[in-house]
Amino acid sequence: MAEKIKLKEVFFNPFSKNNPVIVQILGICSVLAVTAKLEPSIVMGFSVIAVLAFSNVIISLIRNTIPTNIRIIVQLVVVAGLVVVVNQLLLAFAYDVAMQLSVFISLIITNCILMGRLEAFAMANRPWPSFLDGVGNGIGYALILIIVGFFRELLGSGTLLGYQVVPDAFYEAGYVNNGLMILPPMALILVGCIIWVHRSFNKDIEG
Amino acid sequence: MKQLRKLLDRVKPHFESEGKLHAFHSVFDGFETFLFTPKSTSTSGVHIHDSIDSKRTMIIVVVALLPCLLFGMYNTGYQHWLATGATEFPFWSLMLYGFLAVLPKLLTTYIVGLGIEFIVAQWRKEEIQEGFLVTGILIPLICPVDTPLWMIAIATAFSVIFVKEIFGGTGYNIFNVALVTRAFLFFAYPASMSGDKVFVNTAPIFGVGNSQVVDGYTGATPLGQFASQSSDQAVVLTNTVGEQITTWDMFFGLIPGSFGETSTLCILIGAMILLFTGIASWRIILSVFAGGAVMSLIANVFNTPLYPASMLSVADQLCLGGFAFAAVFMATDPVTACRTNVGKYIYGFLIGVFAILIRVYNTGYPEGAMLAVLLMNAFAPLIDWCVVQSNIRRRERRLKVVK
Repeated sequence: MAEKIKLKEVFFNPFSKNNPVIVQILGICSVLAVTAKLEPSIVMGFSVIAVLAFSNVIISLIRNTIPTNIRIIVQLVVVAGLVVVVNQLLLAFAYDVAMQLSVFISLIITNCILMGRLEAFAMANRPWPSFLDGVGNGIGYALILIIVGFFRELLGSGTLLGYQVVPDAFYEAGYVNNGLMILPPMALILVGCIIWVHRSFNKDIEG
Repeated sequence: MKQLRKLLDRVKPHFESEGKLHAFHSVFDGFETFLFTPKSTSTSGVHIHDSIDSKRTMIIVVVALLPCLLFGMYNTGYQHWLATGATEFPFWSLMLYGFLAVLPKLLTTYIVGLGIEFIVAQWRKEEIQEGFLVTGILIPLICPVDTPLWMIAIATAFSVIFVKEIFGGTGYNIFNVALVTRAFLFFAYPASMSGDKVFVNTAPIFGVGNSQVVDGYTGATPLGQFASQSSDQAVVLTNTVGEQITTWDMFFGLIPGSFGETSTLCILIGAMILLFTGIASWRIILSVFAGGAVMSLIANVFNTPLYPASMLSVADQLCLGGFAFAAVFMATDPVTACRTNVGKYIYGFLIGVFAILIRVYNTGYPEGAMLAVLLMNAFAPLIDWCVVQSNIRRRERRLKVVK
């Protein structure tokens, strides 16, 4: 490899400067689908971190033996295998959340972030940087998921992680939970707001 | 008038670029151009001027809304008196009650909406845009009379920021701001926007009105009654105390409903004002009613007890709910409607069709006019594009024939 990779940048860039969700606008579908409550958002975030990190490592290990013309299929098989493992683990140890997330755990396979990282990074780098890249991007994704999930659950249901946080006195005074927060459009608007705030602090990001 | 001009001229230097109050330049500018025609003239190109600018356009729309607003006050009082079992309806008490009911809502929308407009205008160093003048009066008119003020405030802030300012302010919005406010309320707080509790105010306001509700009272709107009708019953529309209502009641509007939309008569007076002054497009208004009539006719021909609203006659369909209001005041919004004349026909017709379609066949939404207008707002640019393209193609064909 010609250019030297700075491991620190590989790990920390996806947090903010090159965040997969709010800068590259990838994986929006799952952000809209699973963030109605905070708990599934957190679980989904960790699942993606795990799948992304390990699939990056595996693909990076076998990157020199994969024939170029079938590389996408090989990547998909690896991701699919890992997703099945994660799904089974969730079913075994966190059954309720797994039921809430239902098909979206399986749909991690189709998450653009995964294919993007595998194609753009793991196919060209050693396992250790690939691992850091996977964890970094996974955390970047999970961060947005948790922020969106936090606001949607707080404003939409008045709870956090299932515990009521809006005091009863509010409801007695006439406060009503915002039903629109539960619906997907509001997740899109929240992501838009996060992008808005993020861009106004990082003026150098294009587009 | 001269005194006012003198006063403005005297304070004007403070708002110029070196004055002390320059920070409020756009506020001053807003008031000055509101009161007087701006002195500045265009310096380049050829322009045709007449006396009408966007502020004057907005004022005429506000004037056209006044019949609805006044009738809404009367009707709010009337429904309250009716629900509390009164047999006499003193006109001025009714008006006072309705006035007290709507005033806080008007103030809330104007304070929140104009506040955001002022802040954004100062921040961007632009002139204050006058678009909220109409929106602010529309919002209370299309909401149920019992909507809590904080909900109106949140919804107004949401739609002014996310539907208008983000797209560049007045004249750039894709969707109708007042309707998005209502849609926000409808989806965020469904319990406060539908059902039989919210459309009639049953509590006294500042000591005006009574507090005891009569037996057998129901506050459901006619369309709400359809939505909650079980399928095997015959549909009988009733007012708040259980008397049957006729098509004329729906036309004159002494029925429960959102504040300003019940009276088709007042809406038609407003439509006359708009059409006479040339503000609204007659093509849109006409085609919305045509589309609604066609769709209600189809629904009526194929009426089934499964969808009780399909039993309604064409006249009832056009008079009930927010249909007429949406046709006259919402669909004609020049910013969000189609620009081409052919496009206006298509746009209006589809609004009419979708409004009745949603109303009749989706029992979850008692009223479809709001959703229909918002849907067609999204398609308006596409319709315009297709119309323009087909024009271009037709002319190209003609060109080939000549060759």
